[in-house]
Amino acid sequence: MDTQTLTWIFVGASFALYIGIAIWSRAGSTSEFYVAGGHVHPIANGMATAADWMSAASFISMAGIIAFSGYDASVFLMGWTGGYVLLALLLAPYLRKFGQFTVPDFIGERYYSRVARVVAVICLIIISFTYIAGQMRGVGVVFSRFLELPIEWGVVVGMGIVFFYAVLGGMKGITYTQVAQYCVLIFAYLVPAIFISMLITGNPVPQLGLGAEIGGEPVLQKLDRTLVDLGFTAFTSGSKSKIDLFAITLALMVGTAGLPHVIVRFFTVPKVSDARRSAGYALVFIALLYTTAPAVGAFARLNFIESVHETPYKTAPGWVKTWENIGLIAWTDKNDDGVIQYGPGAPFEGRAAFTGETGSNGERLVSNAQTANSNEILVDRDIMVLANPEIANLPGWVVALVAAGGVAAALSTAAGLLLVISASISHDLLKKTFRPQITERTELMAARGSAAAAIIVAGWLGINPPGFVAQVVALAFGLAAASLFPAILMGVFFKGMNRDGAVAGMVAGLAATLAYIVWFKSPWFAGMNGPENWLFGISPEGFGSIGMVINFAVAFAVARFTAPTPSHVRAMVDDIRVPRGAVAPPPTH
Amino acid sequence: MSASANEEENKKQYWRENVKLLCILLAVWFLVSFGAGIIFVDALNAFQVGGFPLGFWFAQQGSIVVFVILIFVYAARMKQIEKRLGVGDE
Repeated sequence: MDTQTLTWIFVGASFALYIGIAIWSRAGSTSEFYVAGGHVHPIANGMATAADWMSAASFISMAGIIAFSGYDASVFLMGWTGGYVLLALLLAPYLRKFGQFTVPDFIGERYYSRVARVVAVICLIIISFTYIAGQMRGVGVVFSRFLELPIEWGVVVGMGIVFFYAVLGGMKGITYTQVAQYCVLIFAYLVPAIFISMLITGNPVPQLGLGAEIGGEPVLQKLDRTLVDLGFTAFTSGSKSKIDLFAITLALMVGTAGLPHVIVRFFTVPKVSDARRSAGYALVFIALLYTTAPAVGAFARLNFIESVHETPYKTAPGWVKTWENIGLIAWTDKNDDGVIQYGPGAPFEGRAAFTGETGSNGERLVSNAQTANSNEILVDRDIMVLANPEIANLPGWVVALVAAGGVAAALSTAAGLLLVISASISHDLLKKTFRPQITERTELMAARGSAAAAIIVAGWLGINPPGFVAQVVALAFGLAAASLFPAILMGVFFKGMNRDGAVAGMVAGLAATLAYIVWFKSPWFAGMNGPENWLFGISPEGFGSIGMVINFAVAFAVARFTAPTPSHVRAMVDDIRVPRGAVAPPPTH
Repeated sequence: MSASANEEENKKQYWRENVKLLCILLAVWFLVSFGAGIIFVDALNAFQVGGFPLGFWFAQQGSIVVFVILIFVYAARMKQIEKRLGVGDE
């Protein structure tokens, strides 16, 4: 059977599985819709959290980022895992003890204020929509590459599937589908990684293979030497400044802990102690992929250089042409020798503009102006994971498996995000703020309706991605770090933090971070985006950590000069701090 | 001392021990990631362990492993403290 057919079968079978689970686990009450009734086993919740967390970016892009930026990519590895320590130690147990449905629920009750709740909803919606557009796009890319559908159709199919199980099953449906999706995606990630590690180093464990030797030389040393010979910086040393590395890592860690779709997963376990353990399991499941990614990245870079550099285009491996066909690889023969030369720097100015004609070697010609360096090949870093099985000559079913895994990663994250958006609209805005009189039935209908509406908006963003959004994934983390995380942390650990302080802190942190990112990332000021203009040398990606400091500073300053926290709220905080007496969320209210 | 006053004291004691444990574990969290992986990475890269420059290993593998351990240590220690002070959830 050819790879194409196998891919249809794998992706189709995984869809059938997700739909089957959705039918089996329909939600009957708001509690089931929002938090799966609070009955999810900690290990199952750990898997669901891992799938929820690991997006198309983790699955498709991360190894590619590591491959092309080496040590500098450590910020993502540490940042996206270290946040779970903060979550498990500082937030999850207390939020579970609090025992409501959403993150704005906590902020609204703890700060005894509708304004605080609405500000939290606004933060949540901005964060979640920024994130979700990328997921839908990820589904589209996988479909277009492996199933040769237009990207738009890929997005529509993805929307249809998510629609079915998110709207029908709510959190309950999503949780059990995510467990299945985790299994699919981790299997799809590990199988090719193990194969490649075996091929290159003879060691089947990629984490150890990365430290193994090829021909008497450690892999990393060989990669460093190869790269330096070609004029790149060494793989194991970076080019970012220490302060920027520090700020980005901190913003990603704190942002991870403050992402609403991750936090809300810990509302679904039965007990406070389960919330702690569940965060541990989640990180184990995430670490399986995240410790594999550096190995995949390093092997891919080595493989790529060996199979492309100084290879005549005519005898280049088939995958070069396949990816060239969809525009993610481009070659321009600067010295007219018919041989591909690879080196640092962009081969030509800007994005590849294909003329539609082919050159003397059969390559797709581009009309871009050539640059002065000797590099002739443009490669999109996102193809590394997807192309890896082909680069390493693995069988067709591995390629098909990777396609199913990429779709699983994108769908699981999209569903989790859609759910927090719909819950914040139907529960926080409607039930708790504007229409308290509605019945549970109406609220459940509103939840399903807003999930459906959110899917349509997300799909539209996936089909028409504003170029701006693609660049601002950092926005989601920065905003979560600067707004929600400090508000929750102070709510638990500082009884003296009052309504005015928390609201002022959230608004200040959000506004400062948003302003800094928009300033440097918007098309109008793009020329400004460089270390010489950055505050303290901190890039927009890392500014969330400054936003967080601003949030804390403003909150404490304002709290000093405004009315103290009322005694019933102090009593509530005392109660949240001890695990005894945790109850499942109310079935109706 | 009445039973309820004793219970209140236990809750306070529980919170103090929790915060102390948090500080210790977060110090480790900081040292393996920001410390070994970023601030002292160049110094540590002078050592080769199992084919890895040590600083690079902490940044891309070691810190993640330590994070996992930290969470399970916290969960286990908290369970002990809760049992001793009778404030647990089971």
